[in-house]
Amino acid sequence: MTEHQQSRAMDRIKAAATVRRGLITTAIGLVGLAATIVLVQLYTPTEARQGLAQKIFYLHAPTAWSTLLAFSLCGLAGGLYLWLRDPRLDVFAESSAEVGLVFAAMMLSTGPLWGKPIWGTFWQWEPRLTLTLLEVFLFIGYRALRGAIVDPSERARYSAIVGLLGLALVPFVHLSVYLFRTIHPQPIVLKPSAPSLPWEMLRTLFFSLAVFTVLYLGFVTARYGLGLLRQSRSTEHAD
Amino acid sequence: MIDLLRHGLAIAAKDLRVELRSRTALVTAIAFAALVLVIFNFARDPAGARTIDLAPSILWVTITFASMLTFNRAFALEKENAALDGILLSPMPRGALFLGKYLANLAFVATVTAITLPLFVLFFNVSLGGALPGLLAVAVLAIAGFVAVGTVFSAMAVRTRFAELMLPVLLLPFLVPPIMAAVQVTSRLLAGRPLLEQAAWLKILGVYDVVFLTLSAMIFPALVDE
Repeated sequence: MTEHQQSRAMDRIKAAATVRRGLITTAIGLVGLAATIVLVQLYTPTEARQGLAQKIFYLHAPTAWSTLLAFSLCGLAGGLYLWLRDPRLDVFAESSAEVGLVFAAMMLSTGPLWGKPIWGTFWQWEPRLTLTLLEVFLFIGYRALRGAIVDPSERARYSAIVGLLGLALVPFVHLSVYLFRTIHPQPIVLKPSAPSLPWEMLRTLFFSLAVFTVLYLGFVTARYGLGLLRQSRSTEHAD
Repeated sequence: MIDLLRHGLAIAAKDLRVELRSRTALVTAIAFAALVLVIFNFARDPAGARTIDLAPSILWVTITFASMLTFNRAFALEKENAALDGILLSPMPRGALFLGKYLANLAFVATVTAITLPLFVLFFNVSLGGALPGLLAVAVLAIAGFVAVGTVFSAMAVRTRFAELMLPVLLLPFLVPPIMAAVQVTSRLLAGRPLLEQAAWLKILGVYDVVFLTLSAMIFPALVDE
């Protein structure tokens, strides 16, 4: 076995360990998800006007958080890649974008389920919904772009640019929220005055946010490990 | 700085010269814009919606879609005979290449806009009245930012498979804020309201232009790196 092959074998063992770590984190996240559902059903008061329908909020808002987190980290990793040119950053950005799309699918399916009974419509063309949808399309484009480029370094640079520009688009999402009249619930936690949610509801929300963050970390770590394995295989073919 | 500008202008002048001699991209884009206007005219219920209600959206969708056609041209041209390699080999900063392509694209989009606007007035019987200066100001603000993003993405798309499909998919999300702002402001202007009443939208457009122009100029060198 040459030294080259040996270091590659080491890389693969490390990548496999990363995948395992990701799977363990995911398992912890799934246990947390089960606990969230128990918490939501048994220990969280029912909202006075919206009734049971409001309970989906404890899943919907955290999926939106994870989606935004995933896309933002993809953009940041892209920016760092353009600066440092470390291929691992590209693997991470790819993983985060893919995991973000999974959370986006959850966000886009729980949102309408809540919207129909409360707003009377599955979909509302209001800015936050519209532009989150656009971020999703942008990252579908990101995936398509990755699929359309053969050269790994070119693929990494181009997708880093798309991720970074996508990140820059996000503030315009928020700017437009304040300019359009909107029926989407206004921010209730991150706003200048104190959070307007009772503590029992806030507690459940924070717990669920933590759980979805753990789930994001689990997914992205496992996917990152797989990405490293795939990269090691493709360089092997290239040699 | 002066050098950057000089090189940039040389690239832009080259692109415009090529276009003026062949006149393919521009004529096609203008024909496209006119056809879209015609289609829009029949793609509405004349009894249902008043023209003036739809006019701002029709104007901006037409302008932006026609602009997208001209973006493809900027780098498709350089791909033939590997002309881009020649430019990259020349002792010229990469920023100048971006500047040149940006200026050329800006000239194309401005031309498309300048021809679409009178056609739009003609076809839809919109009276511009005193709205013209305001409309031109909004047009400049709306175009400046997305042309920068379009320049970056067209350089990228041309080197991928399915280039014609990739450019719109990547670019359209970025067109939404400028189109939204431009349509909002245009509809108020056509209703006879003053431009400065729309300061919030104009600010968004201004910030968008600064952010994306700066970012595009900064990341473009990484794009053409070998």
